[in-house]
Amino acid sequence: MSDNLLNIKNVSKEYYGNKVLKNINIEVKKGEIHALIGENGAGKSTLMNILFGMSVIHTTGGYEGTIEIDGKEVNIKTPHEAMLHGIGMVHQEFMLIPGFTITENIKINREITNTNIISRIFGKRYENLDFKKMDKDARKALDTLDMGIEEYSTVAGLPVGHMQFIEIAREIDKTGIKILVFDEPTAVLAEAEAQNLMKAIRKLAKSGIGIIFISHRLDEIIDVADKVTILRDGEHVVTKDIKDTSAVEIAQLMVGRKVSIDRSEATARKKSDEIILSIKDLRVAMPGENVKGISLEVKKGEILGIGGLAGQGKLGIANGIMGVYPSKGEVIFNGNKLTLNNPMLSIKSGLGFVSEDRKGIGLLLDESIELNIAFTAMQINNGFLTNYGPFKLKNSKEIRKHALEMIKELDIRCTSPTQATGRLSGGNQQKVCVARALTQNPTLLFVSEPTRGIDIGAKKLVLDELLKLNEKYGMTIIMTSSELAELRSICDKIAIICEGKVEGVLSPLAPDADFGLMMSGSRKRDVVRSDS
Amino acid sequence: MQNTTGERLKNKKDSSWILDNIVTIIFIVFTVVGFIVSKDVSLNYFLNELTSRLFRNAFLVLSLIIPVLAGLGLNFGIVIGAMAGQMAIAIVRYFTIGGVSGLFLCFLIALPIAALFGYFAGLLYNKTRGQEMIASLIVGYFANGIYQFLFLYTVGAIIKVNPTHPMINPSGIGVRMTVDLFPVKDGGLKYALDNIMKIPFMWAVLIVSVFILAIIVLSNNNKKKKSKKTPMYFLNVAACTIMIFISVFSIVTNNSLMQVNKVPVVTAILIIALCIFNELIMKTKLGQDFRSVGQNQHIAAVSGINVDRTRIIATVMSTVFAAWGQIVFLQNMGTLNTYNAHTQIGMFSVASLLVGGASTSKASNRHAIIGVLLFNSMFIMSPDIGKALFGNALLGEYFRTFMVYGVIGLALGLYVWKTNKKSRITLE
Amino acid sequence: MTGVDRKKSSLKDIVSKVGLPTLIIAGFWILTLVAGAFLDISTGTLISDTLKRAGMNGILVLAMVPSIQSGTGPNFALPVGIVCGLFSLVTAIELGFTGVSWLAVSILLSIPIATIAGYLYGKLLNAVKGSEMTIATYTGFSIVAFMCLIWLMIPYKNPKMGWFIGNGLRETIQLDGVGAAQLLNNFLRFEIGDFIIPTGLLLVFLFFCLLMWLFTKSKSGIAITAGGISPKFAKASGLNIDKNRIIANILSTVLAAIGIIVYSQSYGYAQLYSGPLLMAFAAVAAILIGGATASRAKVSHVIIGVILFQGLLTTALPVANKIFVGLDLSEIMRMVVQNGIILYALTQVKGGEK
Repeated sequence: MSDNLLNIKNVSKEYYGNKVLKNINIEVKKGEIHALIGENGAGKSTLMNILFGMSVIHTTGGYEGTIEIDGKEVNIKTPHEAMLHGIGMVHQEFMLIPGFTITENIKINREITNTNIISRIFGKRYENLDFKKMDKDARKALDTLDMGIEEYSTVAGLPVGHMQFIEIAREIDKTGIKILVFDEPTAVLAEAEAQNLMKAIRKLAKSGIGIIFISHRLDEIIDVADKVTILRDGEHVVTKDIKDTSAVEIAQLMVGRKVSIDRSEATARKKSDEIILSIKDLRVAMPGENVKGISLEVKKGEILGIGGLAGQGKLGIANGIMGVYPSKGEVIFNGNKLTLNNPMLSIKSGLGFVSEDRKGIGLLLDESIELNIAFTAMQINNGFLTNYGPFKLKNSKEIRKHALEMIKELDIRCTSPTQATGRLSGGNQQKVCVARALTQNPTLLFVSEPTRGIDIGAKKLVLDELLKLNEKYGMTIIMTSSELAELRSICDKIAIICEGKVEGVLSPLAPDADFGLMMSGSRKRDVVRSDS
Repeated sequence: MQNTTGERLKNKKDSSWILDNIVTIIFIVFTVVGFIVSKDVSLNYFLNELTSRLFRNAFLVLSLIIPVLAGLGLNFGIVIGAMAGQMAIAIVRYFTIGGVSGLFLCFLIALPIAALFGYFAGLLYNKTRGQEMIASLIVGYFANGIYQFLFLYTVGAIIKVNPTHPMINPSGIGVRMTVDLFPVKDGGLKYALDNIMKIPFMWAVLIVSVFILAIIVLSNNNKKKKSKKTPMYFLNVAACTIMIFISVFSIVTNNSLMQVNKVPVVTAILIIALCIFNELIMKTKLGQDFRSVGQNQHIAAVSGINVDRTRIIATVMSTVFAAWGQIVFLQNMGTLNTYNAHTQIGMFSVASLLVGGASTSKASNRHAIIGVLLFNSMFIMSPDIGKALFGNALLGEYFRTFMVYGVIGLALGLYVWKTNKKSRITLE
Repeated sequence: MTGVDRKKSSLKDIVSKVGLPTLIIAGFWILTLVAGAFLDISTGTLISDTLKRAGMNGILVLAMVPSIQSGTGPNFALPVGIVCGLFSLVTAIELGFTGVSWLAVSILLSIPIATIAGYLYGKLLNAVKGSEMTIATYTGFSIVAFMCLIWLMIPYKNPKMGWFIGNGLRETIQLDGVGAAQLLNNFLRFEIGDFIIPTGLLLVFLFFCLLMWLFTKSKSGIAITAGGISPKFAKASGLNIDKNRIIANILSTVLAAIGIIVYSQSYGYAQLYSGPLLMAFAAVAAILIGGATASRAKVSHVIIGVILFQGLLTTALPVANKIFVGLDLSEIMRMVVQNGIILYALTQVKGGEK
């Protein structure tokens, strides 16, 4: 009926009663480049997981709706089946073995073999590898991409740009490849390499392959795609022809306004003009969240929001300053230069940190609430200890007293202060983390992803609590979050991080499109109105 | 053929060359010093000892290579393979089937037993991912308990045996501590393999030298990439040529080197066959899967390779070869030390391989052969060094135990240290 | 929920709380005790022997606690501490001490030596994170082999320790000769029928348990535990994990050194040369049987584990000797139980990417 390669029809997906995809409809034609864009949690990866038959989909009850390839309905249950149907993926993280040659990587588990005497008896796995044929295939795939490198060189030590191309070569070497998915392919590439990649993608499309292009870079999408589909909160917002839209419109649609922002303007705020924290050219090596030279200034009593898409480096800032990951640069806090890469000194100087990794960094899950709350204060500030000569034993009585106070003040729902934190709900765990940070009496508090994994009701409570801390103690708060709406609801200003750098600082009341464009790193196009 | 398998991963930096080969260097220095200080070791005695040890141990050491390439590390668990081999020998010995046919019956019986043991060991290694090496060591100890129960109690008490059989304890229960395997002419297994055919030592040297020279020259001419002839190449060619001259000279003049014990041809062929197998298997689909899994289990799994199964196959192969290796070992020894022969096998074999330059993730036939030679040189020399330097041969014996453990500890420790250093997160 | 279900789930609770291995070993021990009673073996003797051996091995097992808590896993390099203890012990004999003063000097001497050894060992473990158990095992083996050379070359002259001819120390040194055999065991010892309580020995063991328990409640102890459970958490909380791991392993090594001195006096002999080679495995097995894992351990695990494990071995010997005549089943069982439990614990270790 149509020349559609891929038809995604009314696809929905639920995880434990939580709808993460609602009636998605996407069509990809032969030779079409179809861009897919959306914030984190918009449903892109779930959709791709369905397309690739990942086990996470089928162990959680499958999906609704139909997927058609070449007009025929298919039910893809494993990644292997996806491959047989001609669907390929170029991963964001390279699936390459550094010690292997390019040929070996391209042909991994699809090696060409010849039979020999042994294999006739014992089976296919004992067949000889035919490196000549494999090299030839690899050469062909590389040539398609205009790659001059020798197929027998090892991958280790190649520039990242080349690795990306080897991934692509592997996909197009698969026989009958029809649809190729690129997941943030330019995230790790330099400008020139990205340009090469765009060229290659166009060339592939011309050869009749349908391409799904997932990217947050709006300029790239405008540049290369034929159509764009925007997802937001699991909903299919719209699919548009590129020629009928603009970066500004896409940005606006992507961010959207989920709920009307009710900014609870507190009355008793004590904001001053004194700069309490000044960051200059901060670099942090946090895997997946690298910070590549950030400068920011924070005023005393302020609530600063840090936003941006996942993987752009927003989480690296707090982690770097707190010494969790290696960092470099100049940080002046309260007039003193902060020694970096030393968590103890960061904490001692009055910085508190509520980590985004609640279960890994934030809590000792098997230990009691009271110990979790008292821990840092005990270790760093020698609180809650009784001295017996040179020996310091913990003072259980004082710990209990303090924990009970905190439980009351933050309204932590638990059976007793001795309950293990691993048994608490997400929201209450978060409160324990906050309680621990407060016990250190910090002057400035970093809070990362405070509402991640918390149900909607509890979200508001956590945010209110932060606002209250700011109001009551004049505590400066730097809140990092992927949820723009929550940043906009309590922050005084919001810094948007893109590709490891500050893309810009916006007022929480700035228009959606401004946020969207900044998050996509499209400020260069000068479409953003300057912030007041 | 000698340039094998893991070698496609090339070492780049020369600066760390000494650190990479520290274990090998220590052993070479030790052996050379040994020759200088000790007076009692004649060259002939040394060569006699070394050749017999080479043919006794090489097969076992070679059985370690596949698990290394499949990412399981050094399989100390070949001990359980050795137990399977001993079970087979015990069975064959009980029915007094001797000679070559008895020996091959041993190989045949050992195969399913070792395969089963290997399968269980493989399952265990899959459950102790990341800790395979300590698990493989402990599983050897664990299996030893069961082995002892089997040989000390089950035989006689549960499995009915002839109580007057010479290998059964006088009480009728359990196998004796030592079981004589008898020479072939008396219907036993001793030298069943070694004595099929023997050639003089210097002839063997001549053949091997010519063979290696041919391979070096041919493979260098065959290379696609016209790599420059390295100093190493000329060194190898020169070494081979010298060996050829020495051996021809000895054969012609019939000098004292001709007194060195003869060399067992069939055992040598078996060892070479395992080398070739190790080489060929890596050129098959299965071998490529071993390498993929060995390099990165996650990527292998994503590419659709059944990682667990591949690892089990590697373990099974290693265990079976170890069983055969133990049979080769015992037919040369001529006696079965029922409760001791297998216990040290894992440790000594691993130490040999490491001395040859292998590591947790890299091993080849060359490492195995060089390792066996160097390791056993140390073994032969150390009592004499102890005597020469400290007037105490016992000291040398303790020293070699120290070298075994020390070498393993040092090689493994350096490897982990280097890997950790590489994986540390740093800025830029 | 039906009654059966509730029963099932409460049974499950018990199993998960106490731990399957602990239950199995406990059941087995009771079984052998009952069998012993039927075979006319004095239960009193069996229990007293169990207590004696538990007290003897206790401190060695206790040495596992700090190393496990710090996250370096069970201290498979226990021999490092053991040879420190043995060295102090023979040095004290060489210096001519006997009786209580021998014991005091041995222990006092062993502490600084073991501290230095533990410090170096801790440094080593920090360099090989992720493979501590394997490296520790070979460190232990190497040090034992190295000490064999030392025992043989050491120029000690006391005739109570030397070979009759030649240099070096004997394989086993009788402590009777220095009036030190069962020194602690006989302190406040009392008997009820054939039930003998080695009071002094048990008191010393419990004293060290108490110290260890107090340590786990201290600032340093809490920091070490946190670093072991979650290195990321500890790092973000400003703790120096590497330093804590070193402290823990110094403690473990010192305990091992003191442990072997207490062990030797109870045994009546000091075993040099390859004697300590496999001692670590028995201690590891004991604490695992008590309910510890490769990453979590408490003092209670030590007490339960050492009693169960030594109890099983002590009771099995005479019982098995009556059933399987002429077969040392006890040794076989030790091998299977000891190494089986370690393997089980290894399968529970997380980590190692797939």
